[in-house]
Amino acid sequence: MIVHVTLKLFATLSRFTPDSADRYPIAPGTAVKHLLEKLGVPEDDVRLIFINGIKGCLTSTLKDGDRLGIFPPVGGG
Amino acid sequence: MKTQIIEKLKAISRPKKYPDDTYYTSISLEDIPSLAKSFKVDSRKIEIMALEEGIVPERYARNMKTFSPEDQANLLKSQVSIVGLGGLGGTVSEILARTGIGTLNLIDGDRFEASNLNRQFLSTYEMMGKFKTEAAVKRIKEINASIAVRRHDEYLDDKNSDALIRRSDVIVDCLDTIKTRFILETASKKAGSPLVSAAVAGLSGHITTIFPEDRGLELIYGRPDDLKSKGAEASLGCLPSAVSVLAALETAEVVKIILSRGSLLRNKLLIIDLMDNITEVLDLL
Repeated sequence: MIVHVTLKLFATLSRFTPDSADRYPIAPGTAVKHLLEKLGVPEDDVRLIFINGIKGCLTSTLKDGDRLGIFPPVGGG
Repeated sequence: MKTQIIEKLKAISRPKKYPDDTYYTSISLEDIPSLAKSFKVDSRKIEIMALEEGIVPERYARNMKTFSPEDQANLLKSQVSIVGLGGLGGTVSEILARTGIGTLNLIDGDRFEASNLNRQFLSTYEMMGKFKTEAAVKRIKEINASIAVRRHDEYLDDKNSDALIRRSDVIVDCLDTIKTRFILETASKKAGSPLVSAAVAGLSGHITTIFPEDRGLELIYGRPDDLKSKGAEASLGCLPSAVSVLAALETAEVVKIILSRGSLLRNKLLIIDLMDNITEVLDLL
């Protein structure tokens, strides 16, 4: 079975954004960590993980319709 | 003497109309310094006395309705520390001076260079090579001579931080390195002052508000020991649109904290991405 999530990769991570980011297919229950590995996003560059507007972590699992946002460390001004 | 000043204020103030045709009592831009001079009192104190009598210094007329005269007087009695006077700090100092925060405590040991010109509003041809604090003081005085300015031409570090930010009602993190942000957070918590912290990379950024008892930056960046000094901005730079939006958001938080009004970004992170028009308030807890 395949479900779909929405992906938003911020700042330097945007280059890893897949074409199907608005409707990205995953197996239900996929962990954020595995999804990021598949996209080639280096784990060291991942600082903030948000699922549906709430802070998550690498081991959080995803379900159909989830919105996943990932921020690298950002410190400029 | 206060009675004499108030009598004089009442004598020279004039009724004026807001754009919605309601009336207020106004004291002109020119009358404030002239009263301050004749009574040998700070112009800020004259403005506070006027506001406490319901007389509105004309420079704050368009703040009214959102702020009451009492609110405006409270802003004039407040002290805000701005740490870092680059892209964020330059804009924050300008907005807070126009808003009428009475005392601005400015901290930055850096001098302007050409690569600052894309986003740092205080940087000009004339200011190249000069202290950012010097440009900030000059600009604030050009905008609002009633504002008291404290100038510190030094970088904040773990040795000087306590002394530099003491007696702040609010501290604004406008720094450009993540590690120094943690030093500032530690000092703010020790001082018991709320901290508003924003950061930018490219066209993205985020802002949060941290009270002394809040977990704060670790919710955003993880443990400080695990961090490099620079984040994504090292490869993306900082764009003036994103910097200005986040600076403006910081000043809104400052005013709400001082006036105990509205919703604060405590344990929340407002994120923006101007490339894709994303703004969202996220829960950090």
